[in-house]
Amino acid sequence: MPNPFRGFGAVFYKEVLHVRRDPGTLFFSLLIPLLQMTVLGFGIDTNVRQVNTVVYNADGRQESRELIDRLKNSDTFHVIRYVENDHDLNDMIISGKARVGIKIPVDYSDRLIHQMSAQVLVLIDGSDSSVAGQAINVTTSIGLDESLRRSVADQTAPRAVDMRPKLLFNPDSRSPNFFLPGLTAILLLNVTTFLTAFAIVREKERGTLEQLFVTPVRPFGLLLGKLLPYFAIGFFELCNIVFFMRFVFRVPIHGSVLLLAFLSLPYIFVSLSLGMLISSKAATQGQAMQLAFLTILPSIFFSGYIFPRETMPLGFYIVSYFVPASYFINITRGIILRGAGFQHLWIDALALFAMGTFLLVIAARRFSNKIIMT
Amino acid sequence: MATPSTNPADAAISAEHLVRRFGAVTAVNDISFRVEKGEIFGFLGPNGSGKTTIIKMLTGLLPLSEGDAWVQGLNVRTDAEAVRERIGYMSQKFSLYDDLTVLENLTFYGRIYSLPAERMRRRIDEIIQLNGLEPYLKRLAAQLSGGWKQRLALGCAMLHEPKLLFLDEPTAGIDPVARRQLWDLLFELSGQGITFFVTTHYMDEAERCSHVAYIYYGKMIADGTPAELKQLPDVQPAGTERIEIITPEVTRALRLARHIPGIRSATIFGESIHALVEDHFNLVDLRAQLQKDGITVTDIRPLTASLEDVFVELTYKHQALLEASRA
Repeated sequence: MPNPFRGFGAVFYKEVLHVRRDPGTLFFSLLIPLLQMTVLGFGIDTNVRQVNTVVYNADGRQESRELIDRLKNSDTFHVIRYVENDHDLNDMIISGKARVGIKIPVDYSDRLIHQMSAQVLVLIDGSDSSVAGQAINVTTSIGLDESLRRSVADQTAPRAVDMRPKLLFNPDSRSPNFFLPGLTAILLLNVTTFLTAFAIVREKERGTLEQLFVTPVRPFGLLLGKLLPYFAIGFFELCNIVFFMRFVFRVPIHGSVLLLAFLSLPYIFVSLSLGMLISSKAATQGQAMQLAFLTILPSIFFSGYIFPRETMPLGFYIVSYFVPASYFINITRGIILRGAGFQHLWIDALALFAMGTFLLVIAARRFSNKIIMT
Repeated sequence: MATPSTNPADAAISAEHLVRRFGAVTAVNDISFRVEKGEIFGFLGPNGSGKTTIIKMLTGLLPLSEGDAWVQGLNVRTDAEAVRERIGYMSQKFSLYDDLTVLENLTFYGRIYSLPAERMRRRIDEIIQLNGLEPYLKRLAAQLSGGWKQRLALGCAMLHEPKLLFLDEPTAGIDPVARRQLWDLLFELSGQGITFFVTTHYMDEAERCSHVAYIYYGKMIADGTPAELKQLPDVQPAGTERIEIITPEVTRALRLARHIPGIRSATIFGESIHALVEDHFNLVDLRAQLQKDGITVTDIRPLTASLEDVFVELTYKHQALLEASRA
């Protein structure tokens, strides 16, 4: 009777050897779940804290400063700037630098002294619903608390401090409106980084790359020649995604679609350059796949796509500055949800462009030094 | 040539004291040679002996650790870019684009070398004619057989009319008929003044070259025409001759022959044994001795050394030297 398990020992032995020969693969396959768990464990803090806040204190007297101190002490708000007029207050929110704007009216202290109700305007960027919800809750409860404190002192006083939250952008808090602009960045990364990484690694596997290097083709010629077709594909895909978002998911676009298209160019450029860099490192399509996934993960977790960047632990927050998707998500949400203009977003586009150039130069250097040597 | 030139600029390739180190390993150890224009230069050696490394050094892909090399009169250290414009290269594995048609592959290479439109059209036509690719123009490269793939690869490598072509194992894995046809093509092109630098493992191909070099662990151990190499003292020591013993019982005969005094070495070639014997050795006695042990000897006759004999002898000798130096 033939042994149905014949060969098991031999194959097992061989597979163990394969794994030992290639510890890198094992390392990454073990690391990725741990990384995900770390991020999900530490990164998701459902209590939104330290929300970037801008304050316009038109009053400026003792009572108004007390209120600001109370807001600051709540741990929910992190005051990053004091401004002097309504325009700057709005601008800080539209550009995405602050998510909450607090305006204390010029007669705040007077009204309190005369035992009248004083209104405080709280502008909240509604594009991120968890931040918005938390901001509304905390400000109203501080308002209530402040009123209570005053009415204990004087029973006859009306409700003194009246917090008036006003949800800017995405006023109905639809979640597609919030998630889809961010998803655009992730999807685009998928298309562009993977395609370019594979396009070059395929040539390595076939040996055509070696052949090319014996011709007058130079690394930049090769990389840019590879990059351009995928640039067009990436841009085409962006148009598809935006079209889908607008007409299938009915996400209103408050800003200029043309600006969105224009500012997506540096992002596509970064993603392609990243693909190039991956392809200079990976020898096989399998390796390229793993490395590409390694870049997708931070783009999902550290970019503000799922978790607001400012609520991340400091280490992750710093990492988020090196994730291209962070900038592009600010661009997409800025234009789509907040109607931001070029003057609000040029710095993000510039950061992307700089990153793309940097990555491309590194990739080209690696191609001129390393690949030829092997 | 009346007086052979020693000016490196006159040669197709002139390599002087090439050294290439990878960390502590010396892959190419002080190699010098010269390939004249129009030669078919056969570059032989075991796998891993440094053949591909030398091609990479000569094509400017790998910096030289020491030494100097001129290709088509250009110094590879300083003029690598210009060298690559003037040479063609065909690698050991088929390295064209499977998903492009024959014509698209040719056009791609024409563009790489920035051939002007008119010249590109003319060259593509010529290459198609020369390689007989006409019936396959619209076919994907993936669907070509091995021999046709190599013809296409050769066509791509020579589209820009280089005067020097590097062919790294061009016939590995293709059938004998296609192999013969490829070599016929090389001779035709060589007749037109094109120089070929060819690596191969096939001895019959080495015999066809006008100039052969053999490298062994980074050292050049033979360099000359096939006829010259067969006369080397190491291959044909003074006072010895080569004989061929034809017998249906080669294995048993070999075992016996190795114990017969006067036979220095013996190897099986198909239905015969090639042996190096001392020249006073009596062939009639040998036949009698073998027959006494019950071996049918069909014939014993003198033999001239083949290139394979040359390389086997030289390899043994250098292997012994290498082991002695390690011990």
